[in-house]
Amino acid sequence: MTKSRNHRIAQFPDADTLGRMLYYLKLTRAAEERIERVLYRQGKIVGGVYVGRGQEAIAVGSAIQLDEGDVVLPSHRDFAAYVIRGFTLKEIFANWMGRANGPTRGRDNTLHLGDMARGVIPIISHLGDTCPVACGVAMVLKWRGQGNVAVVHFGEGTTSRGDVHEAMNWAAVMKLPVVFICNNNAYAYSTPVEKQYAVKDLTVRGPAYGMPGVKVDGNDVLAVYAAAAKAIARGRAGAGPSFLECKTFRMTGHSAHDAAEYVPHDLFKRWEEKDPIRRLEKRLRAEKILTRGEISEMDAKIQKEIDDAAAFAEASPMPEGETGLEDVYCGQNCNWGKTSVVSRLLSFATDNGPRTTDN
Amino acid sequence: MPVMTYLDAIRQGIWEEMERDPSVFLLGEDIGDYGGAFKVTAGMLKKFGAERVIDTPISESAIVGAAVGAALMGMRPVAEMQFMDFISCGFDQIVNMAAKIHYRWGAKVPLVIRGPSGAGVHGGPFHSQSNEMWFVHTPGLKVVVPATAYDAKGLIKAAIRDDNPVLYFEHKFLYRRIKDEVPEGDYTVPIGQARVAREGTDIAVITYGAMVWTALEAAEQLAKEGVSLEVVDLRSLLPYDEQAVLATVRKCNKVILLHEGTRTGGMAGELAALLAEKAFEDLDGPIVRITAPDTPVPFSPPLEEFFLPNAKKVAEAARKLAAY
Repeated sequence: MTKSRNHRIAQFPDADTLGRMLYYLKLTRAAEERIERVLYRQGKIVGGVYVGRGQEAIAVGSAIQLDEGDVVLPSHRDFAAYVIRGFTLKEIFANWMGRANGPTRGRDNTLHLGDMARGVIPIISHLGDTCPVACGVAMVLKWRGQGNVAVVHFGEGTTSRGDVHEAMNWAAVMKLPVVFICNNNAYAYSTPVEKQYAVKDLTVRGPAYGMPGVKVDGNDVLAVYAAAAKAIARGRAGAGPSFLECKTFRMTGHSAHDAAEYVPHDLFKRWEEKDPIRRLEKRLRAEKILTRGEISEMDAKIQKEIDDAAAFAEASPMPEGETGLEDVYCGQNCNWGKTSVVSRLLSFATDNGPRTTDN
Repeated sequence: MPVMTYLDAIRQGIWEEMERDPSVFLLGEDIGDYGGAFKVTAGMLKKFGAERVIDTPISESAIVGAAVGAALMGMRPVAEMQFMDFISCGFDQIVNMAAKIHYRWGAKVPLVIRGPSGAGVHGGPFHSQSNEMWFVHTPGLKVVVPATAYDAKGLIKAAIRDDNPVLYFEHKFLYRRIKDEVPEGDYTVPIGQARVAREGTDIAVITYGAMVWTALEAAEQLAKEGVSLEVVDLRSLLPYDEQAVLATVRKCNKVILLHEGTRTGGMAGELAALLAEKAFEDLDGPIVRITAPDTPVPFSPPLEEFFLPNAKKVAEAARKLAAY
């Protein structure tokens, strides 16, 4: 513990970063509130709706320190990672609403948003699949030798999948700059941790593969920041991968349709007291980094941004059915994903259907 | 023109692409020091170094997943499955991760997954499968199946240069049994283009992989009996060359669809549907399928021999169809 405390002091964020972290925490909470509890219930968002209420500190505390050239592979509950890496609220809301000008042109839902220019590779619904992908990314980062890292997030339920095993072993064998971040939010859909694994802490998995395994208070954004800083520094220095187990709690159901009646009520109450946003806000006010007035301004600004994004998405066109035939393949005129949203809208890519040849 | 084996042609194709493009690299089990289970990558570690010829843990899913990650970063990975049977361990990364990325968010995933498939070498149920159809049913992938040394080299080069995930099914029976003329230096065989392996007039035999040679053997036999078979080698299954399929059927008016993969859900079924839709008026006889039966690939030689289509079976079916 002494060691980690020393490190924590050394890795304390500056005032500006602290303010930005509070902003991203609040933005995430408020945006997901709008998505899950307003737009979904109004029928304006359809399909599965997964949010990260209660566990926002993990994405914020880690993604905030990524540099240009780093790559993050967030989970579906890491909203802030997308925003910090440059996805706009307008893009995100347009995607949730299946609009033609969303980053997936309506082809994929939720936070399945990727863009290599912004260093984001999204999760797919087959959990754990992004862990080996992070290894491949990190192999290239290592060859380039510019000290970049890949950070991949996944839940504790995902650690039961073979891809996590293959990836952690692979990353350790090849000494890759990967930070494996387990967002341990206590429930995988309805399955509690006792039915998921038989160890007290998943941190033992780190040394089992030949990398550090660090337990982190996932509801303390400063603790996440410090632990991630150390793991990222290790990756940048060429010392190999790390595994962080960020303990947190999913303060909602698995998805918007799930009332989570299987979760004992007092657990919600207990974790409510550890709310990461309130904790940071209290601290920043106590340390006079932000005033009550500045925080109110921040809240108002966030609501305005969300209003604008939701309005933009609602006013955006739905995709034409036949555009779903496009872009199955990357052909000679492959520019999908490279152009801006607007120019993509103006000139839909040519049909690169499965019966074309493009060599 | 130099004559070389199918296996050497694959190696030469990969070798030349590695020399041509520094973003091409190899990963797989036992491919470096050992040179691969069938020695396809022999000598490559020494030539290109450990950063570009990477021995991996036994982790097929991570082999494919890491290839996807590297491809997203601008590389052109060529992943080896020690046997294509083991591709099932990496299935999810292929059909859900690699195949759908471009469609979902527009990023290029140029990668090749290659390895030995097919029966005829007494490999048993787990070293003999022709499992290409698992992937032909997945939009976003391309699937190629060379039958000749010429195509083996030309298609591996085309696969490596393609901006999509390409599955390259080698046939292990052909590795050292087939030799043909392979030009020195650069050429590609376009993905999606079939070739006429033998011209004929009476019956079209549409096939791919090792069965091309089976069809040619049958055609030789039937020619002596006055029945002319045209043999079409598909070379690519996804996308497949619809025009070539229709052209040969419109010419011969009778068709045998032949493959080593099992029957139900096989390529023959897809082609039969295409012909029923677009060449119904051109057919002067029933569409005939010759395939392996719907069983695992059995080990014991008599069982395996019974399982596999051969020239005799093709010739018998052709005689019957000719008389129809």
